[in-house]
Amino acid sequence: MLKKLLVANRGEIAVRIIRAAQDLGIATVAVYSAADAESLHVQLADEAVNIGPPAAKKSYLNVEAILKAARDTGCDSVHPGYGFLAENAAFSDAVTGAGLVFVGPSGDAIRMMGDKVSARSAAAAAGVPVVPGSAGRVEGLKAGHEVLTATGFPVMIKAAAGGGGRGIRIANSLAEFEQAFPQAEAEALAAFGDGGLYMEKVIGKARHIEVQVLADGSDAIHCYERECSLQRRRQKVWEEAPSRALSDRLREELCASAVALAKAVKYSGAGTVEYLYDDEADRFYFIEMNTRIQVEHPVTEAITGIDLVAEMLRIAGGEKLRIRQGDVSVKGHAIEVRLNAEDPAKEFAPFPGQVAELRIPGGPGVRFDSMLYQGYQVPPFYDSLLAKLIVHAETREAAIVRLIRALNELKIGGLKTTKPLFLALAADPAVRAGDVHTRWLEGWLIENAAALAG
Amino acid sequence: MAQILSPLPGTFYRSASPDQPPYKADGDAVSAGDVIGLIEVMKSFHEVRAETAGTNIRFLADNEDPIMAGAPIADLD
Repeated sequence: MLKKLLVANRGEIAVRIIRAAQDLGIATVAVYSAADAESLHVQLADEAVNIGPPAAKKSYLNVEAILKAARDTGCDSVHPGYGFLAENAAFSDAVTGAGLVFVGPSGDAIRMMGDKVSARSAAAAAGVPVVPGSAGRVEGLKAGHEVLTATGFPVMIKAAAGGGGRGIRIANSLAEFEQAFPQAEAEALAAFGDGGLYMEKVIGKARHIEVQVLADGSDAIHCYERECSLQRRRQKVWEEAPSRALSDRLREELCASAVALAKAVKYSGAGTVEYLYDDEADRFYFIEMNTRIQVEHPVTEAITGIDLVAEMLRIAGGEKLRIRQGDVSVKGHAIEVRLNAEDPAKEFAPFPGQVAELRIPGGPGVRFDSMLYQGYQVPPFYDSLLAKLIVHAETREAAIVRLIRALNELKIGGLKTTKPLFLALAADPAVRAGDVHTRWLEGWLIENAAALAG
Repeated sequence: MAQILSPLPGTFYRSASPDQPPYKADGDAVSAGDVIGLIEVMKSFHEVRAETAGTNIRFLADNEDPIMAGAPIADLD
């Protein structure tokens, strides 16, 4: 078992990790930027180290400062959380190289899954269906033309080094393709230092469904799926588990494919295999694997009763998987919404500021993961996630009713948040029917702009 | 003399991206509406524009400085 953990992150996920570590009797060290001295993760950790100025590049992305903090405080392990350095292979290598345990997969596993082309090849090799497209990197426009016979239009041109919705272009015709391809190449080179591209068929109406896996380097299990089809600008805003779109047969197939991939790459820790699900064709396709704990992990925890962050820590500490696949079962339905410091009435403009009043929802089936407290000054330097509200109930219908109840209990004074968006979505007939796809919310936001502004 | 104030809290940038030259150099003349920098607020970027024309811009905030809303970014003659 790990003895002392450095949490290389901030915000709600740092708080979440500190809680899991303390539950396991592991001592915790928080790191913080000058802008975060008063933050909750600093207050809750056993020790805290200032690692630099507000800019993330000089603090939360500063590998040297983080490793020094770990050495100075006698830590034996580092948890990267999500974002920042979580999927940085060089960081995983550096932590290991410093004689510490990285709570996550090896640098090589991160590299393989972080490069979208090698991830796609690994998935195909493990028998996981991939979206029709290029077999690997597309070397030049001429090679791109050949891939078009497999994809047709519209086609997606993606940066091999991209991810999280960045570095993607869509072409609807040959003319658009010939214009977009060189632009995408130049953009990818500028943004990621790697001009490599690959191509994929655009699946018209698709759901985003992802499978949670846990693995110990040899064995792997899944903890069923999450559906995250409600997205704005390719960022998830509402996630749930299980997905009601899947038949039991397809669910088993989907989850088994994620386990096959995790085993094939000798994955270790918690990971998520992401898919597109095409309702009409009743087929799923691999998109990518995220080699970290995800923002939306609590919905899986709610329906399976598994503490995913604690399991990550146990695996990193050298334990074999404690949970057998047959012991993982789904109970009820869970929904998470992301409360961001953004004003939905003003095109989601960021809204940093002070929390003047805070009333946290509670009662049965309600969980609130957050770094907020009354008087907390939300800094402008980091992402806008303030809190995650997770509800769990026997059925999806009951979970939506509970979500509305909990949202009405919640009060975050002094800031604009995305709460009005979720109250409106929870009342929407299409959301209630689960009749959505990944581009549904963009259209809904245009149609409902006036309602959100009021 | 006039001052350009930061409209938002966040991180101030003098150029559109790290590999591009600054929007304005110290001593440049500025027209009303010219972009003189960017403020990054919660990972979204907002252009800072000069409200009035002026000469001899002198930056008070450095590239990548944390900045508060209402804090001076530059002086103008």
